[in-house]
Amino acid sequence: MNILYDERLDGELPATDKADVLADLQQAAPGLTLLYREEDLRPFECDGLAAYRVLPMLVALPETLEQVETLMKRCRALGVPVVTRGAGTGLSGGALPLEKGVLLVMSRFDRILDVDPDARIARLQPGVRNLAISEAAAPYGLYYAPDPSSQIACSIGGNVAENAGGVHCLKYGLTVHNVMKVEVITIEGERMTLGSEALDAQGLDLLALFNGSEGMLGVVTEITVKLLPKPETAKVLMASFDDVEKAGRAVGDIIAAGIIPGGLEMMDKLAIRAAEDFVKAGYPVEAEAILLCELDGVEADVDDDCATVRKVLEKAGATGIQQARDEAERATFWAGRKNAFPAVGRMSPDYYCMDGTIPRRELPRVLKGIADFSEEYGLRVANVFHAGDGNMHPLILFDANRPGELEQAEELGGKILELCVEVGGSITGEHGVGREKINQMCAQFNPGELTTFHAVKAAFDPDRLLNPGKNIPTLARCAEFGAMHVHNNELPHPELPRF
Amino acid sequence: MAQTRPQPTDQDISEALGDRVRRATAEGSLLRIAGGDTKAFYGRPVDGETLSTREHRGITYYDPVELIVSVRSGTPLAELEATLAGNGQMLGCEPPHFGANATVGGMVATGLSGPRRPWAGSVRDFVLGTRVINHEGYQQRFGGEVMKNVAGYDLSRLMVGAQGTLGLITEVSLKVLPRPGASHSLRLEIPLADAQAKLAEWGRQPLPITAAAWHAGALHLRLEGGPSSVAATRERLGGDELDAGFWTALREQTLDFFSRDDARPLWRLSLPHNTPSLALSGVEEADLLHDWAGTQRWLRSDLAADTIREACARAGGHATCLGSREGPGQPDPFMPLEPVVAKYHRNLKAQLDPKGIFNPGRLYAEL
Repeated sequence: MNILYDERLDGELPATDKADVLADLQQAAPGLTLLYREEDLRPFECDGLAAYRVLPMLVALPETLEQVETLMKRCRALGVPVVTRGAGTGLSGGALPLEKGVLLVMSRFDRILDVDPDARIARLQPGVRNLAISEAAAPYGLYYAPDPSSQIACSIGGNVAENAGGVHCLKYGLTVHNVMKVEVITIEGERMTLGSEALDAQGLDLLALFNGSEGMLGVVTEITVKLLPKPETAKVLMASFDDVEKAGRAVGDIIAAGIIPGGLEMMDKLAIRAAEDFVKAGYPVEAEAILLCELDGVEADVDDDCATVRKVLEKAGATGIQQARDEAERATFWAGRKNAFPAVGRMSPDYYCMDGTIPRRELPRVLKGIADFSEEYGLRVANVFHAGDGNMHPLILFDANRPGELEQAEELGGKILELCVEVGGSITGEHGVGREKINQMCAQFNPGELTTFHAVKAAFDPDRLLNPGKNIPTLARCAEFGAMHVHNNELPHPELPRF
Repeated sequence: MAQTRPQPTDQDISEALGDRVRRATAEGSLLRIAGGDTKAFYGRPVDGETLSTREHRGITYYDPVELIVSVRSGTPLAELEATLAGNGQMLGCEPPHFGANATVGGMVATGLSGPRRPWAGSVRDFVLGTRVINHEGYQQRFGGEVMKNVAGYDLSRLMVGAQGTLGLITEVSLKVLPRPGASHSLRLEIPLADAQAKLAEWGRQPLPITAAAWHAGALHLRLEGGPSSVAATRERLGGDELDAGFWTALREQTLDFFSRDDARPLWRLSLPHNTPSLALSGVEEADLLHDWAGTQRWLRSDLAADTIREACARAGGHATCLGSREGPGQPDPFMPLEPVVAKYHRNLKAQLDPKGIFNPGRLYAEL
């Protein structure tokens, strides 16, 4: 299925003349870097979802807030859509450009403005890399908790837009739990502050609403994050299982024992083998599944918890349990997991990464379902799972050079996501909807709920100029896609055109 | 699910609630949403017919192993907490009740959190999903019973603290936490300035502190976590043992400081970490209680609202007037919003509640 913007389904976009828009912007914002030649636009044609590419009409690379303000005001006046992009590492096509739109690239706003160790906060421009925050906080014994796998490259502005997660979410939360304040420029070019350096702010929690809003409500120009004291110690246990279900149950048993691990990850046989071939992490390649359980905190507590978890794992039927002896071995254990995607990438010309979440108890059923789909489509699927918080990353292996195989992989992916929804989960845990999962949104939400989402959008951007077509599908798209979830036969405003 | 036994009082009246909302929309009448009505003092008075959620109650899903509970909004908070405690779990945000009838819906609508908030998170941080009846009377579901979910806008967390102005919350899904293995409370007699310096220092260390309040010449601390670390920290910090009931009294505002005999309005100051004492003329040390390691300060003062609010705003925070517990505050409880932010509040209200039927004026006159 093609997910590129389709005006028939996703809403008409105003037609503007590229030369006119360029001339207007050059005149309104002298000094603003604007790219317009095809060869200059080419590097920006996709984000981390590289299967889909669109050349934007123009690329803007502002360096000052005044330039962003002017750009927004002019684009609004001219009716030109604006797609905001950070580091371009997103996996769901949230920063996929529009042919008729300007791509606003925030990468030049890359300064750490302030680290305040006593208040335990850092003030950042949106282009600051995720990992750079923890590096800047390290001299004070502090760090920034959310750690998406792409943390060396992804930027904090994009993390806010996608409400990014990582491997430590169960204990430390997502981006929304770690951002205190954002500065925003609206489509009208106004500046506003949401949240506060205090622990709460007046009025509605618009800060929560902006986290994960995929650049559709405003442009985030500054972010204040919470820093945490580095845990005194972190220890990791690796358990192998001869059966995936047993591993799944062990996860619940650890939590039932009253322990919240810092990280709790599961990998299946295909993923274990791929990772082992790639990084030699010392994984047991004969196992059907492994669990990596990291316990962090105060030394004495962590030692107690390690002993408890070991007992739980033994009782759950682990065939082997290893505790990393030192920091180097701990890093090696994690290296296998953190490199699981590229490792799988070595086994196949292409892979497609899914991001569904499920209630953990449904794991056996969902894994069985994935195995059945895998067989049906004749495509291999490796499973990497943030087991602690129920976030699955099935990796579908395919070869895009074989005609039809990308489409097959996408269809298989869609089926997995619909299965996640069916068992009470979600189509995306941390990668976002973007364009990639736009059709599956129709399975997760009914038309009334989608209408409410569109109402929220209209409160901030009535002309649909900010990243149109992402995150929330039109009712017309859902009707066409055929998966429209009509709940209680409730179709709001049947008389209105479904844009 | 085996851990939840249905109560005889459990019932789903969402259909009737939806009908009531549809009628209000059709008639153009206004609704004052109430659960246990224990937090009516926290906000502006609402003129409207009372719509009670109290019959809509019961835990609809609880699996301790998933760390998730879903509960109808009219369920008494005490009932939910008792069920969680029976499974060795708790609400991480330690919400105040302010009365035996407090409901889960009231907790979510007001978003008020207790002493553990700076370390564990706020009500909003624990909300995973909601069911909300919209202005047309339809129940809609946002978020859900999973820890991570970024599909669509985060309307669940937007509902927290919105005080029912955007829709009628009928059900919430919450992340719950295991109860800590060990707990010890202590009292250290140290001056405020020393307490502030200590808290800044300890804040950068991985100490098992889960509550810190300074009042009347002493810093009150709660240590919670594994038995080993609590014992070691207790050894290190010393001090006198403090009855854990102090934290309940602080949370429920039953300490003498909150006494209704004091005629001066009660203010809540929300300030950044490490904010020095505000220079407010005439305010004595005894007029303040510093909770949340100094980020939530309770103040008794007759000073003009603007004076208090400006001092807080200069420090990067804000002030809320709770008046006396007997009635609404004399000044508007909530500080006015910046004009641009206020505009988007109005836009959002107009989109989600175009006829203004839900708790009109509860947060701000124009919402």
